Amino acid sequence: MNKIDKTPAPVLADSAADWQRNYDKMIGQDKTIKNRSGIEVKPLYWPQEDGDGSYVAKLGFPGADPMTRGIYPTMHRGRTWSQRQLIGLGRPEDFNERIKGILKSGATALSIIPCNSVYRGLDCDEVEPEILGTCGTILNTVEDMDISLKDIPIGEISIGLNDPNPFTMLAQMLIVAENRGISWDKITGTSNQSDYISHFVANHMFYRLSLPGARRVQMDTIAYLAEHVPNWNALSIVGQHMQQAGATPAQAMGLTLSTAIQYANDCIERGMDPEVFFERFTFFFDISISFFEEVAKFRAGRRIWNTLVTERFGVSNPRAKRFKFHAQTSGLDLTRQQPLNNIARVTAQAMAGIFGGLQSMHTDGYDEVLSTPSEDSAKIAISTQNILKHEAHLCDVVDPLGGSYYVEELTDAMEAEILDVIAQVDAQGGMYKAVESGFVQEMIGASALDYQDKVDNGEQIIVGVNAYQEEEDASARPVLKRPSPEHMQDQVDRFKAVKAARDPRALSKALDALRDAAKSKDQNVFAAELDAVRAGATLGEIVNVLRDELGFGMPLVVA
Amino acid sequence: MNQVPNIPARVLVTKIGLDGHDRGSRIIAAYFRDAGMEVIYTNPWQKIDAVVTLALEEDVDVIGISSLATDHLLVPKLMKALVEAELAHIRVVVGGIIPDEDEVDLLAAGVAKVFHPGAAREEIVEAVEKFAVDAANDRPQD
Repeated sequence: MNKIDKTPAPVLADSAADWQRNYDKMIGQDKTIKNRSGIEVKPLYWPQEDGDGSYVAKLGFPGADPMTRGIYPTMHRGRTWSQRQLIGLGRPEDFNERIKGILKSGATALSIIPCNSVYRGLDCDEVEPEILGTCGTILNTVEDMDISLKDIPIGEISIGLNDPNPFTMLAQMLIVAENRGISWDKITGTSNQSDYISHFVANHMFYRLSLPGARRVQMDTIAYLAEHVPNWNALSIVGQHMQQAGATPAQAMGLTLSTAIQYANDCIERGMDPEVFFERFTFFFDISISFFEEVAKFRAGRRIWNTLVTERFGVSNPRAKRFKFHAQTSGLDLTRQQPLNNIARVTAQAMAGIFGGLQSMHTDGYDEVLSTPSEDSAKIAISTQNILKHEAHLCDVVDPLGGSYYVEELTDAMEAEILDVIAQVDAQGGMYKAVESGFVQEMIGASALDYQDKVDNGEQIIVGVNAYQEEEDASARPVLKRPSPEHMQDQVDRFKAVKAARDPRALSKALDALRDAAKSKDQNVFAAELDAVRAGATLGEIVNVLRDELGFGMPLVVA
Repeated sequence: MNQVPNIPARVLVTKIGLDGHDRGSRIIAAYFRDAGMEVIYTNPWQKIDAVVTLALEEDVDVIGISSLATDHLLVPKLMKALVEAELAHIRVVVGGIIPDEDEVDLLAAGVAKVFHPGAAREEIVEAVEKFAVDAANDRPQD
């Protein structure tokens, strides 16, 4: 009897001691934190006993399997998340000016959003002038990227590129670094929007090449970067698109993990080592305002990923099992009515993300539902993060909701839902096949309609929309700045001048080589693309060559 | 004599320009279908010429343009193209993220109505049904 009671006890004590050792090592100089009543706030709280061993097995300690409570021993107490605001408007110089302001106001990493024309693979001279540069920065050439990153220390600051397959922005940035004499092994950051499967399924806006063509370029790029830009996260697997398109939080997590499994299998087929490539997998999620559901979604997702990488892929490297994710507060929850209320919504969403243990966050501007966000609203969005961090003290304790009866049971229930989605996709033959057939699109479409029904019939109350309506105060709406037509014309003129100054023979040689690489089975397309960018090839020229050879991308729309 | 309206109403739901976010257009298409309308639905990124051709071929009463980014700025061009194609009877509605100052421009360009996020399902469906009748009444006689 005594024996049974005693046996598991050392497991808890040992795990706790391991955690404490790792925590001390990682935290460096820990500071004593006391709350306003003078009570000391510890970095982590856990149960005194673990009779059946279930605590260590299911929750454990942050930084150790199964990582339910966090991927690092110190989590936000040691290092808070990166504040990564999405910025992009107008010309490269407009972006540069604005990003410097944002960095000054506390952002710790930068992120570049190109104009929608860039997402479509079009150069600026191919776009109707009314919409050019209205949603993001024009990045067609190395010159554009150089201006965008003027005075920005590439290699010292983490850079997120909203840069879909075939990754022309990354190619431009690498050449800018090369020209500035910055070694590629110093460059850190992430190719956001690199997940072509999610684009095919849900966010069609980043879709450029055919599904098999995108798969080819993706794998070439991952392989190239692993060798030449080792600290770059080549893959950000995106659950955000699926949830924004209508997937429930559990479905979005399940589909994202299924996508990650697909990419992992493709990497293995290419002969890459899971102990290594998983280190560079990152994720990007939506944070809806369904507060506890989101917290549970992230905790469950982290546990499933850890277990999956360990068991399905036989990985032991702890760094490869970390579920690193960026998250963005959901624009879908924001309302046009009484738009300042959106600041409160974003605050609740951000809290869910923080308690969910994110590594990087974008908080939406309150006016995103009115227009492309204004500068003032972007500043409030960053302040929201700083207030939660410094005034609300949300970062003092690791996984502060861990152990709550509700949160733990909900985490288990979400885990079961997520595993069910993964099993459904497995039964379809994996994510690639499940999106090729439209299975996933149908699932997401049905959920989008279900949710809309709940709003339409008032089951889901939305303040100011289907309840608590008030007279509109249009003056609370920010005034939007659009790029001036003259500036856009300057940009187009400069683009034409840059094009005219190229060495035509070197250019056509490089584009031919890119074509040959795409035609071949064994040449690396991304390596050839870098050469094309060196020779001055534009975004549009590169995408056109690859579309010729690898097929034009059009998503499968399931009604 | 007024022509007999198309029964049921025929509505083209589409997106022009560069943006691909289609949750809104899909939900709207489902609203219209559920209300018994004939819905012609397209992929995003349609060119204005293609929208006009499709509207003609499908003999639609109403065109619904969904815009999340700034593609609604192209709608005045669509209005002009419809007039040139002698399809001025077709009513155009726009839904999505439309700043107030742009709404003024769209209405001035001849757009029948702009719907913003949070617009009620019945409001949208009723308005479009009425516009379909208006369009049928204004249809040029052969």
